[in-house]
Amino acid sequence: MIEPFLLRALAAGIGLAIIAAPLGAILVWSRMAYFGETVAQASLVGVALGLLLNIDVTVSVVVTTLAVAGLLIILGRQKIVPMDSILGLTHHGTLALGVIATTVLAGPSVDLMGYLFGDVFAVTQSDLWLIYGGAVAVLAAMFWLWQPLLRVAVHEELASAEGVPSRRVRAAFIVVLALVIAIAMKIVGVLLAIAFLIVPVVAARPFAATPEGLVIGAGIVGAASVALGLTLSANADAPGGPSIVLCMALIAGLSLAIAARR
Amino acid sequence: MNGASPHAGPAEGRADDHHHHHAGDDACGCGHDHGPAKPFDKAALISARGLTLMRGNRLVLDHVDVDIHPAEIVTLIGPNGSGKTSLVRALLGLQELTGGQLSTVEGLKVGYVPQRFDIDRTLPMTVSRFLSLGHKKSRENLLSLLAEVGAGRCIDQQLVELSGGELQRILLARALAADPDLLVLDEPVRGVDYNGEADLYALIGDLRARRGIGVLLVSHDLHVVMAQSDRVLCLNRHICCSGVPDMVAQHPEYMRLFGPETARAFGVYRHHHDHAHGLDGRELPAGTHRDGGSP
Repeated sequence: MIEPFLLRALAAGIGLAIIAAPLGAILVWSRMAYFGETVAQASLVGVALGLLLNIDVTVSVVVTTLAVAGLLIILGRQKIVPMDSILGLTHHGTLALGVIATTVLAGPSVDLMGYLFGDVFAVTQSDLWLIYGGAVAVLAAMFWLWQPLLRVAVHEELASAEGVPSRRVRAAFIVVLALVIAIAMKIVGVLLAIAFLIVPVVAARPFAATPEGLVIGAGIVGAASVALGLTLSANADAPGGPSIVLCMALIAGLSLAIAARR
Repeated sequence: MNGASPHAGPAEGRADDHHHHHAGDDACGCGHDHGPAKPFDKAALISARGLTLMRGNRLVLDHVDVDIHPAEIVTLIGPNGSGKTSLVRALLGLQELTGGQLSTVEGLKVGYVPQRFDIDRTLPMTVSRFLSLGHKKSRENLLSLLAEVGAGRCIDQQLVELSGGELQRILLARALAADPDLLVLDEPVRGVDYNGEADLYALIGDLRARRGIGVLLVSHDLHVVMAQSDRVLCLNRHICCSGVPDMVAQHPEYMRLFGPETARAFGVYRHHHDHAHGLDGRELPAGTHRDGGSP
């Protein structure tokens, strides 16, 4: 019989794998991976804010993620340094701020590692409700946004010229992304959240001929990595989140190696 | 008036079938008098008057007038940074302007071929799917569309596998899919070799003749302007000269702008080589359609 905590971890991870796939695909196609990485790591500041204001951390993480995304969009309009540098600056700056603020506010007893790398085995029944409730909302939103998002990912200007409200579509996507980052934080932590979104897409790429085929492939790779990673973790006493991401990376490496030999 | 904006310009009451867009107050910083604005050309598909764009303190577009008529090919040339792309974006309604007005015929449909199309390699998408994005099309529909641009064999290929010339034809097919009245082509021969360039220009001329659509062609390549151009507009923030290709080439403003060396190298591309190349590079006898499909 599988332990209940292991079952909950499995259910949480697979739920995340399903919603991560379409988000990850759009993120990669739109070349927003580094943008996603930056807002995800900045969400640690949201954790600190939640602890300070004594409110639910999920809420403060979503709000902080959106605020940082908005800030990045505004900073992206300046012409002094390229966007890459802005992302690098924000990414490391907010991570440092997040680590300091969390430690100072919650004292040395805070489970910083849990926030950074997730604590998938600590997922509770109510976390699962949150994850699956969020997953339904995310999937509904992505289903609704899919065609315009795809057109913006193919060519933003062409989509705009053809009447797609590109800016609003992107903004809606960032709101959904913030929600997924808040969910992913519980499972793989702020440092690995975007890896969970992106790596399965890379792994499935060589075997996909359509955008939707790639999303399904990424979902399968994600779910399989969760199962493999949790098995590895339970047997080798390794941390859960990093084990899942390591499995994803190994599958991606294998997939690219096969593609290169063809 | 037929749904015109309350800001309708000098042509109010005359161009009944035109929609007017007022783009804010005139904010020309150039300090000279532009005289009274010409009225909109109501025979034109799109008629722009006094388009002005300031970016920071820089004047990007300075009172630009453009008219494009049905079945007319207008080529817009100008050096880099002359405001070509801003002007195209303005005509497409993608660019907020500081001043000027735009009037289009009722229900104008514009097909747009953007300058750069570098789809991410991680995005798997076939040509047929790309052409169907946003509007479902039957396979026969797609095949006839592709035959029209001479790229029928590409239908099941992935976008990332296409050559520069093939990609331009696919983009042209997408622009044609909505059955446009006006085609806007931003540097359509970018990434296409010399013979491919001539073929593309010939194709654009064919499309104009067959469909009777207006064409705005943007080019920074001053050496070659397609012979079918009815008018060439030479842009350097403002329209510095315009006319038939041969006339523009001898215009002193044009000489001054591009320097005598470049100006002398200006040539009108006349389509007169004795054979064509198939998409696979095979030589085809003169007059053969590349796709082997439609006559």
